[in-house]
Amino acid sequence: MKRLWIGAAGLMGLTLLPVQAQKSSADAIAEYRKMLEDGNPADLFEAKGEALWKQKRGPKNASLEQCDLGKGPGVVKGAFVELPRHFADTGKVQDLESRLVTCMAALQGFNADEIAKTPFGRAEQENVTALATYVAAASRGLRFNLPQSHAEERRLYEIGKRVFYFRGGPYDFSCASCHGEEGKRIRLQDLPNLTKNPGDGIGFAAWPAYRVSNGQMWSMQLRLNDCYRQQRFPYPGFGSEATIAVSTFMGVNAKGAESIAPSIKR
Amino acid sequence: MQSKRWMKSIATVTLAAALAACASLPSSAELDRQAQATMKASFRDQGIAKVDRLNQDLGQQACSVPSAPSPELVKRIEAESLATIKWPAGGRYFGDWREGEKLAQNGRGMTWTDASAAPKDNGASCYNCHQIDQKEISFGTIGPSLWNYGKLRGVKDVTDPAALPIVQYTWGKLWNSKAYAACSNMPRFGHMGLLDEEQLRHVMALLLDPKSPVNQ
Repeated sequence: MKRLWIGAAGLMGLTLLPVQAQKSSADAIAEYRKMLEDGNPADLFEAKGEALWKQKRGPKNASLEQCDLGKGPGVVKGAFVELPRHFADTGKVQDLESRLVTCMAALQGFNADEIAKTPFGRAEQENVTALATYVAAASRGLRFNLPQSHAEERRLYEIGKRVFYFRGGPYDFSCASCHGEEGKRIRLQDLPNLTKNPGDGIGFAAWPAYRVSNGQMWSMQLRLNDCYRQQRFPYPGFGSEATIAVSTFMGVNAKGAESIAPSIKR
Repeated sequence: MQSKRWMKSIATVTLAAALAACASLPSSAELDRQAQATMKASFRDQGIAKVDRLNQDLGQQACSVPSAPSPELVKRIEAESLATIKWPAGGRYFGDWREGEKLAQNGRGMTWTDASAAPKDNGASCYNCHQIDQKEISFGTIGPSLWNYGKLRGVKDVTDPAALPIVQYTWGKLWNSKAYAACSNMPRFGHMGLLDEEQLRHVMALLLDPKSPVNQ
């Protein structure tokens, strides 16, 4: 009964959105988010991710429990708010998803290239998203603090800044066209300024997120992928250096921001 | 002699260590080069969105930094952009504001999920960034409000020669926005083949026709 009522209130919140939105689309969404707090569908992906983490899978029939996400083998809590970071074993700066794929290849024997080529939401990519949701959830409430001590981490930040401002395509857009200033919108959608800390739970600190509008769980790689689609750019490779670099740029800028991931979005 | 050589080698070692610390981050020019290589290596063709979209022209390259380019470069980009503007055949600047409103509402086109890059399949995306007709409350704020665009500029009759400067400026801005602001956020609708002349005429009418709801 209570659930039904909450559902109805949620729907009303949605239909009210366009009316209220001009003044406070963010407030209305925050309200809607609050209503769904006990039932963010992201929870399902988080639970699936946790099961996948512990399950023996792949050609090597092993779990991911020895995966090193940067804080030592098996340490999940706190890893998310320090990614992307440099990993000695791969000699690369990696974000959460590319690191998960490295672990799936090394520990479970999956083919990393094959996973990278798989479209979002299918086969092992769907599992990567669920795993990323689980790992992110373990850092909920913690503050972003990406390491910048390794030279490669500092280099990636600098590359990421250049990627962020790179203008191209038929519309002349860069990430900065929409995310370089305070208080801007596209239609009714508020745009965070990602050149600095945009605040707790905003921008980099909100993804992975469950998207109500299409009923999908979106990882950061997919978030970036769709940004580039709307930027009218060609297709960014999963885990490509440009995506890791721009994530490093946003993550370092978000230093001190509280992570609310996995969050819920319109 | 001995100690001098020893001192020298210490100095060399110290210098090398200092250099290593500094050299941990490449020069700004080297990072620029690396970032270009990163972009080239990170994207692939998908549908109509090919990797040649990353080949930057002068303006795109100059405006890929947080700060404005040098005044000389700004002048050059604006002059070269102005020279690209194709004025409408027969001086026909105006179409139907109703069609213009449809185009302004339509934010589609040119992504890798769009089947065709032909202008007829593209919207003008105006409301994404601008307020236009006040009745539409779902508008973006990246660009300035265009409510009463013609009225505020005193356009009572679009055929009046006194209106010609603002008519031409508006056409030029739609054709190639960079002619008037080198690093404008606005796409170059005519220059990049996003909209054809007929579509631009409709958008012109939406903005300048005294009968358009925008000018009430």
